[in-house]
Amino acid sequence: MDNLGTIGTTEEQIELLDVATNFCRDKSPIEKVRALIEEDLGYDPAVWQEIGELGWLAIAIPEAHGGVGLSMAEVVPIAEQMGRNLMNTPFGTTTLAAQALLAGGNEAQQAAWLPKIAEGAAATLALREDNGDWDLTNIACTGVVDGDQIKLSGKKQLVLWADSAAVIIASVKVDDAVRFVLIERSAVGDNALRREEIIDETARSFELTLDGISVPADALLDGSRTRETVEKIELAAGLIHAAEMTGGTQAVIDYTLEYLKTRKQFDKIIGSYQALKHPTVDNYVEYEKARTHLYSAAHSFSEQGRGEVAVRMAAAQAHSSYAQAADRGIQFHGAFGFTHDCDAQLYRRQAIFKGALIGDAAYQRSKLAGLLFD
Amino acid sequence: MAEKPSAAELKEYGEAADAWFRENTVQDPGFMLPLTFMEVSTDQQFDFLRDWQRKVYEAGYLGASWPKEYGGGGMHMDFQRVATRMMKKHDAPIMINAIGNGWAGPLILDLGTEEQKQKFIKPMLSAEDIWCQGFSEPEHGSDLGNAQLKAVRDGDEYVLNGSKIWTSLGDRAKYMILLARTDFDAPNKYAGLSFFLNPMKVDGITTSRIKKLTGEYGFVQCFFTDARISADCLFGEEGEGWKMAMKTLEYERGAKVKPVGGYFVKELDVMQIVELAKNSMRNGKPLLDDPVMRDKMTQYMIDIQALNLNNTRRRMPQLMQDKPMGLPLMNKLARTELIRELTEFSLGFQGTKAGYYVGDKNAVDDGYWHRSYLNSFSATIGGGTSEIQRNIVAEHALGLPKTR
Repeated sequence: MDNLGTIGTTEEQIELLDVATNFCRDKSPIEKVRALIEEDLGYDPAVWQEIGELGWLAIAIPEAHGGVGLSMAEVVPIAEQMGRNLMNTPFGTTTLAAQALLAGGNEAQQAAWLPKIAEGAAATLALREDNGDWDLTNIACTGVVDGDQIKLSGKKQLVLWADSAAVIIASVKVDDAVRFVLIERSAVGDNALRREEIIDETARSFELTLDGISVPADALLDGSRTRETVEKIELAAGLIHAAEMTGGTQAVIDYTLEYLKTRKQFDKIIGSYQALKHPTVDNYVEYEKARTHLYSAAHSFSEQGRGEVAVRMAAAQAHSSYAQAADRGIQFHGAFGFTHDCDAQLYRRQAIFKGALIGDAAYQRSKLAGLLFD
Repeated sequence: MAEKPSAAELKEYGEAADAWFRENTVQDPGFMLPLTFMEVSTDQQFDFLRDWQRKVYEAGYLGASWPKEYGGGGMHMDFQRVATRMMKKHDAPIMINAIGNGWAGPLILDLGTEEQKQKFIKPMLSAEDIWCQGFSEPEHGSDLGNAQLKAVRDGDEYVLNGSKIWTSLGDRAKYMILLARTDFDAPNKYAGLSFFLNPMKVDGITTSRIKKLTGEYGFVQCFFTDARISADCLFGEEGEGWKMAMKTLEYERGAKVKPVGGYFVKELDVMQIVELAKNSMRNGKPLLDDPVMRDKMTQYMIDIQALNLNNTRRRMPQLMQDKPMGLPLMNKLARTELIRELTEFSLGFQGTKAGYYVGDKNAVDDGYWHRSYLNSFSATIGGGTSEIQRNIVAEHALGLPKTR
């Protein structure tokens, strides 16, 4: 089987891992995460500005477009540490939008948007619809060309951070073919966005009503590269979310360990009971497997064939480890675990949400099976 | 210290090793070869593997990085890594002298006297002296620190009484690394233990073969009845037995003494299982069309890939910062449990054929999968059960309190 990934790191990746570890820990203590849950915006604008200034949004953008010229491999440690500290910002969606532009945007579109993103403008993708299908091409929203304008219609769901995004890349059908279209924030009226109630309270998500929105005809991404764009979005999203989930898994295990080391029952520290200790080890083993797959996916991302296998393995493993570790995290906290105050629920909810966004572990495996066995 | 070789030197060495293993590896000796050193059952298997290890050693591909003055190759560790990679590439048989090369050898090189190094290392590498391990006792398996085999000093000798059990190669070994109790009044159970490099061919030591769940033989119980061994056999000081036993565990990770090279356990080749699955039928269709089997097989591919890559990640300190002991300590648990699950899974492919066993011509692959599954327990139990492994990971990697 020659499409299995390998593992390796780059110097820049490890430097970024160091910097991101400290930055995310310092800027996103749990009290702040909880305070931000109560706010509309959902993230700290000052921190977002710092992320821009650090150049983290520019990492995987070529130098020709004002970026740093590295790759998605170097984005991984940052996303991992953000996930570990529940630091939720438009970082992921903005990075994805840039990848989509790189895969399917024409010269002018790239020149117009990539430098802005590299400098810190937020962006997002509008891909999901009411059918709940993870297949990015199974969509009903449409764009109808009308002179030099395209009239959009339909509703997009789970558009993350849409109220912060300077630009939204939406998928629509034009003449029955899937196309991507750039929608500037200024074209989206206030009524077009409805904030959705989502299970991950640390994120912000919106339903976007396309009806009534028109964009210039040159806002369409290159139709001849739709397939590559879909693939790139799927893989980049898989990688980023795998990174965030792996970080989250580590965090919920550490959080639970802390409790197991301090809580006493029957005069004993409960972490000395094998009924709690052994499943915690099993969860930890699954976490380490997830992290290994993650850095393999980062390393193999741009390799034809291997990239997809490695990313889907990373996403499958990250999602199942995260779900399992957080689920046990709730249980092992006893009655406190049942409360909103216990942080275990934050991670458990996020694991569900991430699976919903990119396809859960079972979905990733079904995709993998085809790549591995057919 | 040997100098780090250049890429060109390594390449040249690798090509020579590649050619040697291509030339010399016997794929099918006409009988079933053991997958681990714990499964050596017949004389035929034993002789073949002993001969094979000697050949590899003489060619310079085993112990290549061990000191030259004691019989090693005196080369940089990278050469041995390349040689081991070539063994794997050609699917070469295992190195049989696992306890010698993997445990006793590093311990002697690290803490032994000059005389011990001169005496033991070379014949251990050439498999002339086979070694076994005397840790477990009939009443003390997981509770190793409670070992009771008695060693009483009498002049220049120790007199041994008691029993050791589950001793792989115990009836064929010349030496045993032996954990025995020299002090029954010590302040705690660990402090009363001492460590011996014990000769097996002495009066008063007898062995009795134990039939395994597979129906084969491979390990023994050893009885010590007033067996007298020279006091020189004591390794370290009296009372240092537990320390020495724990030390042997460190060598597996190659912290101080460079690993000897080769492997004592053959890795399960997952492609073989995929092949088996592809060749199996369910309801008149290929088994891998069945969505449940397909999903399970995919999950196992993810697991195997993770464990294989973990071996590389273990050597990348930049990705091991948070719990540096985690990956090394979990490896045995994760790997042995996965092999057990996978081999069991493979039985399910075989439909009615799962009912056959080794020895029947109707058995799939001569019963290889059944034997592998049943033998897999040797690894999930031996060397510390999976349950003990979980305690070790919990206490030493995750910092949870001891279970008492």
